[in-house]
Order: sequence, then C-alpha cells, then structure tokens
Amino acid sequence: MKPPPFDYHAPRDLGEALAVLAETGEHGKVLAGGQSLIPLLNMRLAAPGHLVDINRIDPLDTLTATAEGVTVGALARHSRVERSSEAAAAQPLLRQALRLVAHPVIRNRGTVVGSLVHADPAAEMPAVLALLGGSVRLARADGPAREVAAADFFTGPLESALRPGELAVSAFFPALPPRSGTAFREFARRHGDYALAGIAALVTLDEAGAVGAVKVACIGVGATPIVLDLTGVEPDAVAHAVRGRIEPEADIHASADYRRHLAGVLAARAVDEANGEARRAFDHAGR
Amino acid sequence: MHSITLVVNGVVREATVPARTLLSDCLRHHLGLTGTHVGCEHGVCGCCTVLMDGEPVRSCLTLAVTADGHEITTVEGLAGPGGALSPVQRAFAECHGLQCGFCTPGFLCTATALLAENPDPSDDEIVEGISGNLCRCTGYQNIVKSVRRAAELIREEA
Amino acid sequence: MTTKLFGEPVQRREDPRLLTGQGRYLDDLGPGALAAAFVRSPHAHARIRDIDVSGALDVEGLVAIYTWEDLPGRAGQPLPLLIPHPALTHGRTAYPLAKDVVRHVGEPVVMVVARDRYLAEDACALIEVDYEFLKPVVGVEEALRSGNLVHEDVPDNVGAHMVQEVPSADGRGAAEAIEAAPYSLEFRLDIERSASMPLEGRGVYARWDADDHSLRVYSSTQTSTSVRMAIAATLGLPLPKVEVIAPDVGGGFGVKIMHPWPEEILVPWAAITLGREVKWTEDRREHFISSAHERAQVQQVKVGFDGEGHVLGLDVTILHDHGAYTPYGIIVPIITSTQLLGPYRIGAYRVEFSSVYTNTVQVTPYRGAGRPQGVFCMERTMDHISRHLGLDRAAVRAANFIQPDEFPYDQGMIFQDGRPLIYDSGDYPESLRMLKELIDWDGFPARKAEAAARGRRLGIGIGCYVEGTGVGPYEGGHVQVTSDGRVHVSTGLTSQGQGHETVFAQIAASELGVPLERVSVVTGDTRRFGYAVGTFASRAAVMSGNAIALACRKVREKALRIAADALEADPRDLSITDGVVHVAGDPRASIPLATVAVLSNPLRYAFDEEAKRATQFAGGGSADRPPIEEGDEPGLEGREYYSPIRSTFASGMHAAIVETDPDTAEITILRYAVVHDCGNLINPMIVEGQIHGGVAQGVGGALYERMVYDQHGQLLNASFMDFLMPYVTEVPAVETAHLETPSPLNPLGIKGAGEAGVIPVSAVIASAVEDAEDFPIDRMPLSPSELFDLRSRHGTG
Repeated sequence: MKPPPFDYHAPRDLGEALAVLAETGEHGKVLAGGQSLIPLLNMRLAAPGHLVDINRIDPLDTLTATAEGVTVGALARHSRVERSSEAAAAQPLLRQALRLVAHPVIRNRGTVVGSLVHADPAAEMPAVLALLGGSVRLARADGPAREVAAADFFTGPLESALRPGELAVSAFFPALPPRSGTAFREFARRHGDYALAGIAALVTLDEAGAVGAVKVACIGVGATPIVLDLTGVEPDAVAHAVRGRIEPEADIHASADYRRHLAGVLAARAVDEANGEARRAFDHAGR
Repeated sequence: MHSITLVVNGVVREATVPARTLLSDCLRHHLGLTGTHVGCEHGVCGCCTVLMDGEPVRSCLTLAVTADGHEITTVEGLAGPGGALSPVQRAFAECHGLQCGFCTPGFLCTATALLAENPDPSDDEIVEGISGNLCRCTGYQNIVKSVRRAAELIREEA
Repeated sequence: MTTKLFGEPVQRREDPRLLTGQGRYLDDLGPGALAAAFVRSPHAHARIRDIDVSGALDVEGLVAIYTWEDLPGRAGQPLPLLIPHPALTHGRTAYPLAKDVVRHVGEPVVMVVARDRYLAEDACALIEVDYEFLKPVVGVEEALRSGNLVHEDVPDNVGAHMVQEVPSADGRGAAEAIEAAPYSLEFRLDIERSASMPLEGRGVYARWDADDHSLRVYSSTQTSTSVRMAIAATLGLPLPKVEVIAPDVGGGFGVKIMHPWPEEILVPWAAITLGREVKWTEDRREHFISSAHERAQVQQVKVGFDGEGHVLGLDVTILHDHGAYTPYGIIVPIITSTQLLGPYRIGAYRVEFSSVYTNTVQVTPYRGAGRPQGVFCMERTMDHISRHLGLDRAAVRAANFIQPDEFPYDQGMIFQDGRPLIYDSGDYPESLRMLKELIDWDGFPARKAEAAARGRRLGIGIGCYVEGTGVGPYEGGHVQVTSDGRVHVSTGLTSQGQGHETVFAQIAASELGVPLERVSVVTGDTRRFGYAVGTFASRAAVMSGNAIALACRKVREKALRIAADALEADPRDLSITDGVVHVAGDPRASIPLATVAVLSNPLRYAFDEEAKRATQFAGGGSADRPPIEEGDEPGLEGREYYSPIRSTFASGMHAAIVETDPDTAEITILRYAVVHDCGNLINPMIVEGQIHGGVAQGVGGALYERMVYDQHGQLLNASFMDFLMPYVTEVPAVETAHLETPSPLNPLGIKGAGEAGVIPVSAVIASAVEDAEDFPIDRMPLSPSELFDLRSRHGTG
C-alpha cells in the first residue's frame, strides 16, 4: 500500500498553484490535508499524474467570522475551525458538525474545504454547507473565480462542480439567523466512522416565538446531502416526513429500510434539539 | 527526488526522497527512526501517529515532502534528557497500558499532545482524545487508566 | 521460593524498550534489505492461462520476478498439512505461488523483489495475469448445494466429516435420549467470520551468509522452531544451518501460529537465490485477503431436557467454513465439538461436523479457536431451555454444572491434543456465585423494570465456558547462571505481547531466589532454544512456565550441592536469598550464586580475577574424584522439559448488562463482568490485561466485526474503514474477579489465560440482547441494522 508515482508541485502562492492546475488539467489533483486523498493513493485507487500540494500557500489558511457568516480558507484545518469561538458564535452548526468528523487526529490535518470538494455523501461538512445555503469559491488561472452555491456544488457521490484547472479557495457558511438554533445528530457504527445516517437541522422561530422555518440536511441516505424543508411539519411527524422523502441504499453496514428508519429518528431528535437551541436564542434575545 | 529538512526530535535531519514517500516511511526507512509503526496505511489505526509542530497527525497520511521544514516528534523523542521516561511513558508502564507495544507509539504521541493541551482531562475527554487509535491487545481499559495516571504525574511534577 | 515474586503484579520488563521506540519488530530490521511484494489473485476462483511480466521489466530498481515455475524441488510442492487427522480425508494446501488454479482472492501468484516496496508495488501493477474464470463457491451451505467445486477432486467440497458420540450413563445415544426427554427443542445458530487482525501484519526477513552457508530468518511468527524446520525441509538445508528468530511481534492472536506461510518459504529462498537480504512486510490489504480468518459456522441443535432444565440429550450438527485450504487441519471444528460441553455434565451427546471448502481465505485458529462457537452453541441452548421452561437462566446452568467433588471429570471425548477430554479441576458453582454477586444478577429484574418505566430497554446475559489450556506435546526451558551472577533464561516458544519476559523472570527469580533484575529471558530464538512447539492455546505460561520452573529447580539443586561443598554444610541447611546461598542459623556462612557459578565450571585458564577460584591449583575439589563427576556437566545451568499428560482446564463465566435503543436499535454494553479461574496467578496485572483484551475482541466479534464476501468471493470490507475493529469508544470497562483452583497437573498449579476473555462474549451479548428484546438471538455478530430487521420480523419494532 504505497502511492503510485506522480509529479509533485509545491506552489508558493495562489497564482503559481492555479498556473500548475491550468497546465495539468484533469491530471492535476490538489493536496491539502490529504486525509481522504492519501488513503486513495496508498490503495492505488487514485493515480493522479500531478499532485499540487497547496500546504505552503499561507494566505489560504484563513478563517473569518463576520455577522454575515464564516469564510473558511482552503487550508483551514477542521480542528482550527472547530476550536474557533468566533466561528462557533457566528454559526454554531460548524462546531456541532466538526466534532463528528472522524477523530481529533484526522481533524488536525483534514481541511473543511477539502471535505467539501471530496463530496462524500456520508460526510458532515457538505450537509452543513447545503443546509445553510453556503457556497464554495472556485478559482482558476484563466478567468475570474466563481462562487458556486451548495445546491449546485454537490453533483453526486464523490462528485462536485469543481472543474479541472480549478482550485476551491474558500467556502462560505452563512451565519445563524436570529431566533434560530441548529443541531447535528448522526449514527455511526463506531464513533468517528462515516455515519450510517445523519441529520443537520436548522430551526428558526418567528417573532412571536412560534416555530417558523424548519430545515434539515440528511447524510448517508442519498448521493448528495439531501436538504428537506420541514416547515409546518408537526414535531411528531418529522420522522415520517423525512422517511417519505429519501431513498437510501443498502450497503454492508445497514439495510435501506434501517437507514430510512434511522434518518427519521435522527431528524426528530435533531429538530427537537435545534428547536431547543432556537428557543434559548429567542429567550436570550428577549431578555 | 526531493531534498527535505525536518527537525525530528529536536535534531535537524535531511533526507532525499521521492515525492510519494510517506512521512511514516521517511521516518522509518530514511531516518532510521523505526519507533513509529505502520499498521494500516489508510489512516484508521493510528499506530503511525507523530507530532507535527506539536499536533498529532497520521504520518501515513502525510507526504514527507509536505512535512519539509516542520518539526516532528516521534516516540523516540518523548523521553527527557538522559533518556528519563516521560510521565506518559511511565504511566503506561505503571498501568499496564501496553501489551505487544505495536500501537503504543501512536497512543503515546496522541496522549502527550492531549495532556499538553488539556492537563486535567475528564474520562470522556480522554476517551475522545484517544478515540482514533486502535489497539488489539489491551481492550483500552488500561490505556485510559494510563492517560489518567499520566495527567496525575504531570500535575505532581509541575 | 524465597523471593516473593510469583503472584505479584510486577511491572513488565518489556515496557521500557517498547515505550521508547526501541522495540524491534520485523519491519524495523534489515534497513538495507530488498523488498518483496506479491501479485495476488483478484479472483476467487480462476485458472491461470498466462502470466506476462514484460511490462514490469523496465521498472527502475527491479531485481527479480518469480512465478511458480521458478520454484525448485520441494519449494514448488504444496505447503505442508500441519495437523493430519483421519477424518480429514480430503486435506488440501496451497502452493507457495499459485500453480494453475487460484482459489481465493489474495492468493499469491507472482513474487516481485525490488529495491524498495514502492518500486516492487509498481512492478506488481504492471504484471498481467490472464485468468479463465471458474465458478466461485461462497458460503458453506452453497458449497454443499451448488455442485461447483473448490478442488476438482473433493466431492461436495467436504474436506472432513467427523462424528463423535458420548452415550448417557444408562447407555442411550443422543437421539434416543432427546426422544425420551420430557421436553425437546430444535434451532439453528449462525456465527460469521472474523479474524485475528493483529496491528502488525505478518513479515519475513531473510539473510543468507554465503561464506558460512547459513540462513538467518526473522519472522513475525508464533512459532520460530517449527518455521525453522519447515524452511530447512523445504529448501533442503541442514537444520543447524538455519536460524529463525521471532523478534518483537505486534500481536498474533492465532494467525501467526499458522506456518509456513508462502512468504516464509519464498523470502528465504529468494534471499539465497539472489545472495541478498530480502524482506517482505505484509500490508493491511494483504493481511485481509491472504492471511487467515476464523469463526464461521452454521450449527443445527437438537436438545432434550427435563423440567428442571437438565440436559438429557444434545445433538449438534456443524457446518464449518474452512476457506480454500486446510493447512492447519481440522483443529478448529474439533475444538468446537469438544469444548462445546463447557462446565456441564449432560446426558448423551452427539456432534457431527463437516468441514467445507469455499473460495475464501483459509481458516486457521483465531484466539479462542473454535471455542467461541462451541460456547455460543451451548449457552444459546441453555437460554433456549430457560426460556422454554420459564426458569432463571443462571439456575438452569447451575442445574447442569459438574460439581467440585467430581474432578477429574471425564467428558468421554478426545480433545485437540489427541488425549481424553478430562477436566482436572474447577469450581463452577462458586464461579457462578461470584459472578451473580459481581453483576448483581438477582437485583437486575428490579433494575430492568425501573428502566422500562422510563422507556429504556435493558437486558442481562450470561455465558460460561471451560477452556482446555496448555496443550502439549511439550515446551522446554534453559536456565544458566553465569559467573557474574546473572541468570539467563530461554525458552523456544514466542511472545506477541503476553509479557513472557516478565512472568518467566518472575518464575525464575522466585525459584532461584535471585533479584528479578538479574534475570533475563529470551523467547522464540532458535539460536538459544531449538526445541519448542509454539504460542497458542493459552499454553505459554503453563508449558514454558513449568519447564522453566523445573529447569530452575535443577539449577538450584546443583547450586546447593556446590555451595554445600564450598561451605562444608549440608545442602538441606542451605537457602538462596537475593542471589546468595546462606547456611541456616549461620549468617556469616554464605556464598554468592555468582561464585557458585564459577566453581561449577572447573577451569584451566582464569579469564578474570573471580575465575581463579576454579583453576586447578586453587585447591578446590578432591584429588580422588574427576573434576566433573560422571553424569554431571560443567556450568551452573539446566535444561528441563514440561510435557503434560493432558491439557489443564481453565474456566470462567461472564455476564453483561446491555441497553438497546428502542428507536435506533443501538446496542450499548453498560456493564461487563468476568469471573475467571486460571489456577494460580503468576502476575495478576498481566492476567487482567489478557482478559480485558480478550473481552474487547469478543465485543468486536459480537457487535462489529465480520468478513463480508459477496457472491463472487470478493471481500467487500478489506480495510479498517469497513472491518469494524472496536475503538476505545466501543469497548466497555471490564469488571473482574478471580477464583484460583490450582491445576493438579503441573508443578506451578497454573492454567492458561490468554484466550479466556474472548470465548463467551458473543454468547453473553446474545443472551443480554435477547433478554432486552424478548425474542431469540441466534446469529452473531449483531448490528443495529440487523436488530432493527429482527424487531420488524418479530413485530416489536
């Protein structure tokens, strides 16, 4: 289990990185944290001709939290975002989800943007981006960067809208709206494994304190994170509503029926928790 | 071939490696530091965990060329001057936190970093901290006990 | 024993090196060696039409490519069938490199040697093998049914068929006893595959000394002596010219007792052929598809019993999945068949097994070695009986226990060592009493009801086992006291983390009366000890421990004799403390063991100051007698062997409390309790560690680990991503209590402890989940998804 040979590029700045990516096209692969890519290389399931290591491009190692949201640069590690109280204050779902991403040691190297680009349908961060309606910024050498909305970014299992020659330079996660709460519930065979199913939930109360909008994103039950608008669904009908709107597949760890069932259970739990968080936010704002 | 410079256990080490060389192989086979073990080469078992700039990372999921210029601490670098065992190492011996010893370097590095960041971890925090390392021998019970004991030793000796 | 070390929780002497990165595992050796890698079959069953290596020839650093056609003489023959048995009528083993047909994914086809492993893998990727597909056989029932054959000349894929029958005391057979019983039940049980999965895979490193015509091989093995004999025999080398050493070994759990692996022949052969050092380090993917698995069985059970739950007749038919080959014989199903009986005296017993070939990785022992399946069968049977009669599960077990005054108890069968299955000692009622107290068995119904009132589902389970440990034929120990007062102990069997260096040193220090620090222990090095069997079947402490104790006693006797001469005292008045021989009642009359060692070896040449005492003009010895008496030997050393009449039987009982989530079907172990009896404890800390680790592996087997083959014989989860070995987050804390009923069979009164923890876990968890869910659990492992499906099927979901 050793990687196949490749040409290695270690650009010092973004321009150089984009130039190499432009030149290598579909043969070029970006190495950031490597926590998903290098296992594939070691198993020789991937054999890119060129590896573009962006770890030396310090300007990509950014994390900015504002009233609008959190912008995560391509080199910001999971652990940095997880620890950032500014990021958690602007969008608590980030920390809630990041605590569930693999194990602490993997989070020390793995990057948030890398996880988005990897687009594993069972991964947490794509669901967070999808639920919040965030976006990914894709830069290229021969044109302006483009901002791709989450809804357009995840195109299939392990497939994203990233084109050859492009580099995902950052991702933007919108801030938590007022009177809102979030939660992330998932169920994995072992702690830290990819989840059999998982739910990210966002609940927003109206100005009177009644439940306004309810949205969830489901992982592990479709080809991409599945965002469902559950606004108006009674709490005890959430599980049923979710189960009726997903088509999970069986694998060696769980049957399709079980995944469907589980997604419902987790959705009810996540919405309940997010509702509680929203309630707290509402009460806090009212005081 | 790429010439890289690592500061390993406080010593500047130079190596010339093909780009695809994993940091684990570079440490073991190019620098002769075989204390870092390789158990799965896909990042799940944690045997190969080393500290990179003080943070635990999987050396099998890191290219040696990426680590160029960074500080690496391996199990060989955990003991104090003169070879005195570190509190974490002593605690593992005292609490029988190892059997075959193959996963041990990864646990030691992980626990060392955990206690550096959180000197008084709860049992849940210990479990979370070492949750990415597999051990096939001990059933983990004595590893948790070892980390708890190491925290005590560090506090006592502070 | 003058120095109290036996029985103490002495810290391990292995640890300082293992904690500082100074251990030496296989891949840490031979930094300049060439690397081997293998092209392995991607197909479960295929005929090799052609192998085209031309694409690989230009790979930089390539040294050699070998196929079966290159292998000379016996190296090109099938690997040995290690344990022949009359019932194994169709034993089959693999060639070191596939000849004509491959029979499982992962079978080695081509060996590549290159400058390093990266380059060797590059070459492997460029070798093209043309296969003609043959129909794969997957699953034991399909093997019997489908008509497709793993080996053309093995009808119905049945490698072995064996029936054993023990009639009841009144001479009835099982069928008759079941027929006549007031109650009877029939059910089917399933256990899936798992594997030892040590964190260090296998590995072999060989050096050929062309000047000396000798071969040194390091292997990550559980038996260096037997690997040595296999290499010498296969490669036609004189045995004294072959040395095999097991260095630090990163876990074995059974898979490394299997030998010689193809690589253990091929790597040394390549080293000789090339005149270069060659090393092969197995990677994780290889380990999954080319080492060994275990556990898979289908069991059909018929049981007859009375109203108190006494088993009057038991009839078990086992289909055992043996994978593609049977190099280790049929030890696993034999152990299942015999150890199934556990701590019980049952009326009549009939057991039949068929050992069946499938196009999957071969099956050889994994910690427990057939016992977990046997215990699963018997303990599920006990629970079925309890459930049927509405009796307490512990009470039904107690009703069937062999009583303490019935030892030695003859179960009337032949055990895996070819000797009668006679239990030597134990106290099962006391074990059960201790277990019930430890887990608060009697208080559980109230706890369960209280939890249920709060919407939580709890269950308690129990499992009992008896484990034959310390099987023969023998092990030996050599003890030498050198003139510096150091004690050098060696034994031939190997170590994989059990702490042998510590416990054997404890035994030697206790027996000889020397400080522990002065004792050093070497295991698994044929340069030091050539006769041994290996480390398996919870036998190391029993076998080598006793052999070392006996060798120490021999040395002690000699030391006292020499000291008595020197001190002009009666040997019976002497004792050894802290390495010094003392005369009772005369504190000044003493002589250090170091000096005794000097005197034990009459010298002509004084190599140091102390040695002058042993030279010919020093005035020692009588001029009337030869310096070395007839029948005596120079030196203060001794070699002894321990060869038991039969195995000694350890036992234990486990109980667990589990919680099952009514919504997610998650299964959580809330408490896990173990009562364990391995006779006298040498080092309780190490025994506890063995139990903890065993239970963790058992939990893996019960709830997480399985080998998922698809219908084509592809292993779908050949990685740590998908083969779910438990992390710390999945393993419960284990509460232990020890009962010590010493074995009467050996001088130290000990029984084996290595496998105990793993044996009953699947049975215990099944029992507990069944209690929580109120429907039978007859198949393990059990995932939340499967529990969910069971709930749906039983209408309780």
